Amino acid sequence: MNPFAFTQATDVDAALAALLDPDTRPIAGGTNLLDLMKESVMKPSRLVDINNLGLDQVEEKDGGLLLGALARNADTAYHPVVRERYPLLSSAILAGASPQLRNMASNGGNLMQRTRCVYFYDVGTACNKREPGTGCPAREGLNRQLAILGTSESCIATHPSDMCVALRALDATVHVRSMSGARDIPFAEFHRLPGDTPQIDNTLQPGEMITHITVPEADRFIDHSAYIKVRDRLSYAFALVSVAAALDLDADGTIRAARIALGGVAHKPWRIEAAEEALVGQAVGEAAFLQAAETILQGAQGFGQNDFKLPLARNAIVQALTTAARGTDHARGLDAQGEQA
Amino acid sequence: MEHQQQHPVRLRINGQDREFNVESWVTLLDLLRERAGMTGTKKGCDQGQCGACTVLVDGKRINSCLTLAVMQDGREITTVEGLATGEDLHPLQQAFIDCDAFQCGYCTPGQLCSAVGLINEGQATSRDDVRELMSGNLCRCGAYPQIADAVVKVLDMRDTKKTTEGFTTGAVLS
Repeated sequence: MNPFAFTQATDVDAALAALLDPDTRPIAGGTNLLDLMKESVMKPSRLVDINNLGLDQVEEKDGGLLLGALARNADTAYHPVVRERYPLLSSAILAGASPQLRNMASNGGNLMQRTRCVYFYDVGTACNKREPGTGCPAREGLNRQLAILGTSESCIATHPSDMCVALRALDATVHVRSMSGARDIPFAEFHRLPGDTPQIDNTLQPGEMITHITVPEADRFIDHSAYIKVRDRLSYAFALVSVAAALDLDADGTIRAARIALGGVAHKPWRIEAAEEALVGQAVGEAAFLQAAETILQGAQGFGQNDFKLPLARNAIVQALTTAARGTDHARGLDAQGEQA
Repeated sequence: MEHQQQHPVRLRINGQDREFNVESWVTLLDLLRERAGMTGTKKGCDQGQCGACTVLVDGKRINSCLTLAVMQDGREITTVEGLATGEDLHPLQQAFIDCDAFQCGYCTPGQLCSAVGLINEGQATSRDDVRELMSGNLCRCGAYPQIADAVVKVLDMRDTKKTTEGFTTGAVLS
């Protein structure tokens, strides 16, 4: 690692003051930042430790959920309120990384993690995200893991988070602060598409820091939600495609409301609300689900190695919705009697 | 130079209070191996991918390669050297021997600390859960079935079927 200065912030104002310096980065879990610093992908001259700011709450608030930016991923996923009222979020978090990493990684850091595109990580290669203007070898190179939606000439990176896919499906809000005040960012507007400025991952402005994330009440989806993650091995791998699906069903199986968000396919969690609206009033079943998949994947384009993601994403959407329709317990690997399926 | 500043770090390692002065960029892993002289904790990938460096911080398992020593000031660290009580092996250490849960042994300190953390967490209710919740520890010799055997043995799981609602992997199992 390159030498850097280190300070510990004891309150939010001190952290925000330190972040006025553009070469200073906040460190929470450190699981992605330290990795990037070891590879010289990121070279901050100073780190400010933000772990002691009292922002580690996981609690019910205003009928919904409040997640402190510094609460750990594991503590969030296993929290009784999250498990019982937001099973989709719990499942998504537990599908990511390893137990050791989830014990360290913070909720804010999960949103701020960088792409795992191999060119971004390899400082010996060009990368528009790491060094704007140098080019994107991924388009014609190693792109098996990379995006099929919302790509640009300059970048086909994906956002690697699982947690964020569920937060997008559940209409979360990101609460941020800077020295000049606080503002709220709808989750849909937090991460961005690469366009011709792929070096910018999200809409957090210089000097701003995430303080907490809120999720509105979503009890109508408790019984019918599923997070499906397709990857090259059964555990501890980034998604090729992931789908967060939630349904609100009538007693006769008619869809009252649906939520569908995808991971592993774009520079941000991918959600097309029109596909969800079209499901309202329809009976659950493959025909309706395929139609939704078609709408969500409109304009999808592969780059050779990742062409398989088009049919994979379509099938994963259908499977996630089918699994959600059968019930959250089924999605968790349990049948109605609580026995392992 | 601000960058050259040494930071005082106090840690309780395996029940012993220790004090160090370290540069900001020293990871907990490097402190343990190079400053504390405790080489039981292994450096594999140094990127949080292999789990060989797993230790317990205040009873929770983490990758010691991905945290700075200075961030752990005041914490209680348990490494593989701290699992046995005198000459009495930790039940997991004995189970690893009984189940033949290693070949070369390089990943074993991390596997053991990870398994202690898994048991502390109390989330595993089946063998599948154990496999899933040990996935942060790679074993290039491929002793995974025996490692799962050892952990299952210590957890005293007679029935591998889930009887209570467990955690979910999110994985496509079918």
